[in-house]
Amino acid sequence: MEAKFILLHPKDNVLVCCQQAGAGEIVTIDKEKIVLMQAMELGHKAARQTLSKGDKIMKYGVPIGSALHDINPGEHVHLHNMRSDYIPPHTRE
Amino acid sequence: MKSFLRKDGRKGIRNVLIVAYLVECAHHVARAIVNRSDDPAVQLIGFPGCFPNDYALRIMQALGTHPNVGGVLLVSLGCEGFNREALAGAIRASGRPVATLVIQQTGGTRKTIEAGLAAVMDMKTRIASVKRVEMTLDELVVGTICGGSDGTSGISANPAVGKCFDQLVRDGATCIFEETGELIGCEQVMMERAVTPGLAKEIEQAVVKAVHYYKTMGYGSFAPGNAEGGLTTQEEKSMGAYAKSGSSRIHGLIKPGDAPRQGGLYLMDVVPDGEPRFGFPNISDNAEIVELIASGCHVILFTTGRGSVAGSAISPVIKICANPETWKNMADDMDVDAGRIIEGEADLDEVGGEIYQRVQAVAAGSQSKSEALGHQEFILTYKSFEPIGPACLPAH
Repeated sequence: MEAKFILLHPKDNVLVCCQQAGAGEIVTIDKEKIVLMQAMELGHKAARQTLSKGDKIMKYGVPIGSALHDINPGEHVHLHNMRSDYIPPHTRE
Repeated sequence: MKSFLRKDGRKGIRNVLIVAYLVECAHHVARAIVNRSDDPAVQLIGFPGCFPNDYALRIMQALGTHPNVGGVLLVSLGCEGFNREALAGAIRASGRPVATLVIQQTGGTRKTIEAGLAAVMDMKTRIASVKRVEMTLDELVVGTICGGSDGTSGISANPAVGKCFDQLVRDGATCIFEETGELIGCEQVMMERAVTPGLAKEIEQAVVKAVHYYKTMGYGSFAPGNAEGGLTTQEEKSMGAYAKSGSSRIHGLIKPGDAPRQGGLYLMDVVPDGEPRFGFPNISDNAEIVELIASGCHVILFTTGRGSVAGSAISPVIKICANPETWKNMADDMDVDAGRIIEGEADLDEVGGEIYQRVQAVAAGSQSKSEALGHQEFILTYKSFEPIGPACLPAH
């Protein structure tokens, strides 16, 4: 079966979900094993490793923002725990 | 492929007759003329504002003389600020038939619709006999835009369009990517691809301008659906959007309405110059599509993850669907299934090649999905631009 997550660049510290996955599922990328802490939807990101508050989130090999607090491997990385280094997004809230 | 040869020497892939309202007050009359003409080649465009605007005039002139346009009917109320004589003059100078109806002089709604229908009938016969000539890929102008992006866009549809762009640029075609506000965070990588250091500096300044503009507006070009689809920040969305540009050198930086004279890859700066005055740079995807078409695009490649259905007046829009779930849900609206890349069933080169084939088929007359479904969206609002600097279009 195809892997449900992909690593877009070796420098990345997040993985991208290619197929819906449930909490507790084990993702293996390059022999690294990560246990998903939450269910994940297509297109969303999971932490590949432990991240500290202020760390740059790396995707496509480039920074896409910074961690707002410490993030565990397998945790969903999104609006609640990271933010842009440039400009805030527009949400419905 | 066979094209329509215009008197100014430009070649079009469609033979569209435009009906253009010059203020919102003339919109209903213009729309009624289009609806009652009941012909997909008779299409509605227009500008809603009563105050004059140089940008709007320039874009309407560029659209009225677009290679895909055969003739134009202008519908004016009569008292609005739009310079209808300047617009009609530019279209006439290009050799295209143009007629102007002023509602206040024609006697109101009913009489203007009747006069408009007669004008359309007359113009249709005149543009039906336009000369058909062979057109090659180095004469084609292709634009790209993404709309309803999600976490799949940047890994499937966008880089697949990039592959298609690389091939088109090798063929000598003109390819345009855009929205500097959606390229915030990509300035360093774009600068490295510029053909001259002067152009690199202009690209950097364009992104700095975009950051300032969007910060004044309060947020980036980032919709709630982007976040629902897994994207978190502007720069993350940008990196995905940037992949549409492929890997060619960047040959120039243009502004809406500027038409590059040589093939190559061009970045369009759509963010207005000066302090923010008229609101968001691009209030919706179609505003960007109109600007790409104003710069001469014959065809638009539109990538989507969440699922856009938009098409456009004047130039056909080809949809490349990034997300396999969206493809299953909205296949009727989509031309190319790039979600197969996500599912591991196809690679980027394969899908890029499919987009390349689709561009040629649509340019040769085959209808895109949005075109066949009757999508002819159009929007044009207020903006202001300074002309581009001399470093923006280096000779190559």
